Amino acid sequence: MTALVLLDHDAASVKQPARSAVAAALKLGVEVHVLIAGENAGAAAAAAAKLPGVARVILADGADYGHGLAEPLAALLVALAPDYTHLLAASTAAGKNVMPRVAALLDVQPISDIAEVIDADTFVRPIYAGNALATVHSSDGKKVITVRAASFDPVAAEGGAAAITTAPAVAAPGLSRYVSSELSRSERPELTAARVVISGGRGMQNGENFKLIEPIADMLGAAVGASRAAVDAGFVPNDYQVGQTGKIVAPELYVAIGISGAIQHLAGMKDSKVIVAINKDEEAPIFQVADYGLVADLFTALPELAAELERTRT
Amino acid sequence: MKVLVPVKRVVDYNVKVRVRSDGTGVETAGVKMSMNPFDEIAVEEAIRLKEKGVVSEIIAVSLGVAACAETIRTALAMGADRGILVETDAELQPLAVAKLLRALAEREQPRLMILGKQAIDDDMNATGQMLAALLGWSQGTFASKITIDGDTATVTREVDGGLETVALTMPAIITTDLRLNEPRYASLPNIMKARKKPIETVRPADLGVDPAPRLKTLRVVEPPKRQAGAKVASVAELVAKLRTEAKVI
Ligand SMILES: Cc1cc2nc3c(=O)[nH]c(=O)nc-3n(C[C@H](O)[C@H](O)[C@H](O)COP(=O)(O)OP(=O)(O)OC[C@H]3O[C@@H](n4cnc5c(N)ncnc54)[C@H](O)[C@@H]3O)c2cc1C
Ligand SMILES: Nc1ncnc2c1ncn2[C@@H]1O[C@H](COP(=O)(O)O)[C@@H](O)[C@H]1O
Repeated sequence: MTALVLLDHDAASVKQPARSAVAAALKLGVEVHVLIAGENAGAAAAAAAKLPGVARVILADGADYGHGLAEPLAALLVALAPDYTHLLAASTAAGKNVMPRVAALLDVQPISDIAEVIDADTFVRPIYAGNALATVHSSDGKKVITVRAASFDPVAAEGGAAAITTAPAVAAPGLSRYVSSELSRSERPELTAARVVISGGRGMQNGENFKLIEPIADMLGAAVGASRAAVDAGFVPNDYQVGQTGKIVAPELYVAIGISGAIQHLAGMKDSKVIVAINKDEEAPIFQVADYGLVADLFTALPELAAELERTRT
Repeated sequence: MKVLVPVKRVVDYNVKVRVRSDGTGVETAGVKMSMNPFDEIAVEEAIRLKEKGVVSEIIAVSLGVAACAETIRTALAMGADRGILVETDAELQPLAVAKLLRALAEREQPRLMILGKQAIDDDMNATGQMLAALLGWSQGTFASKITIDGDTATVTREVDGGLETVALTMPAIITTDLRLNEPRYASLPNIMKARKKPIETVRPADLGVDPAPRLKTLRVVEPPKRQAGAKVASVAELVAKLRTEAKVI
């Protein structure tokens, strides 16, 4: 039995959620190969070769894979599939886009967003916004899986020395074309990789007020996230959304500011190690999951917090 | 151009779901059911395309128990033209749903199908992508903007780093994200009118599909409960506790 993990990368390095997907694959107790598909992605393949536990890197380099379009990527994975019992990817936007397409082409029911590996056929996955955990057993000959990265500690970035081989050329279906992207630029760590996440909600009132979070995020090396309400209102870009239908995070420290704590939001952060909530409503449901709750107006609490962190800096 | 919009009947998003004590699933008896929120967005988008003159007919499809007809009725009241109920008491998983929808697509010949990105009960986020694969169509998932121009659908997608725009050769599958639109409420006159719109009922066997599930649910449990911690009285106390007690900063 061998597993193939499709890795998210930025042409130079392997993204942290992909390293968590490798960790999940290693729990299957099978040999693990990884796939880097991209354009000029040789450096990413070299980085993938260093992941501990990886036995082989397959590099598919070409213009068809430059933008992660689902149709050519699925065709590639299907061409590689005969050698594998398990095909995995992290539950990132990219993984969720392509893996179900692969599964259907293989006549397999995908197993989305696994949070635990029981054995090579049995997995635990959250349903109903994480309000229930289902243990499912797959009867398909091959398993097509996406991995909830927040539930698996990523493998280290260094330590391995796998061989790199080249993927066979596969004809691209040519059904879609990349046009453009508008990526939100930030010097901060990525939400799904950060040790500290500070999220703002509707209580922030506008995008300008998110500046109050910045000095605090700077001092803590934190990523900034948001509730759906804050994203819908246009305070911050869509990719800040934490929750059932946004990003799932499990940092060491999660700070929720002006967020009520709807189940859809909790679904994305309640596995964080330590949760802090700042809200002026002492009845806000967020306090039911917070380790430390501060009932306060955020417009006074945030400047105070920045000053106190500065004052007690070690 | 015909558009087919699958609408799923799910436990309403406001309901606090309870896991059955025998571990077989979550309690659905006597629980409020609604259309999956992402599917409301899909219906709304189809209606807007019709209002722009791009779409001629909207067919709402729901698959599952007889009560799914109510969900179709909701779509008809919003503005869909007719409905198809694929009726079965069997558990349907995305692979089966995609196969049944493929059979309907072959019969109805739509140029576009708009689905939700994710059903809020099974949280699979799979059916649209699978349907696109089975039909050999292009896919635009997690859409926050759709423009149709001749044979091309231009879709702006919500991705991890921000937004990405792709051009799809039609026919195409599109799945909706939250920011695509704000669904309308059905007006009373439209609810009345919807009662007269036709809903056809078919069974999986009529479509030549075996819907047997491939995933067997062994048990369903509640996640470990998080204990609420303590309230702190001041910012200074918060910072002190984070430094010395929790040791996370
Ligand atoms: C299909 C679906 C999917 C969804 N997916 C997600 C998701 O992925 N992520 C997500 O977050 N939500 C999601 N939601 C939305 C969710 O149900 C809630 O509506 C949303 O999380 C509320 O955001 P909020 O807490 O910022 O806003 P609100 O609920 O309005 O809460 C604002 C909070 O700010 C506090 N506040 C206001 N002013 C101040 C002040 N000056 N100082 C301190 N506190 C203040 C208030 O007391 C209140 O508690 C989804 C909903 C649906 C239907
Ligand atoms: N039983 C069903 N009836 C109608 N539509 C469905 C059904 N199951 C899934 N869908 C569609 O597929 C989308 C994604 O569902 P899922 O892949 O289960 O998360 C939903 O938003 C619906 O548009």
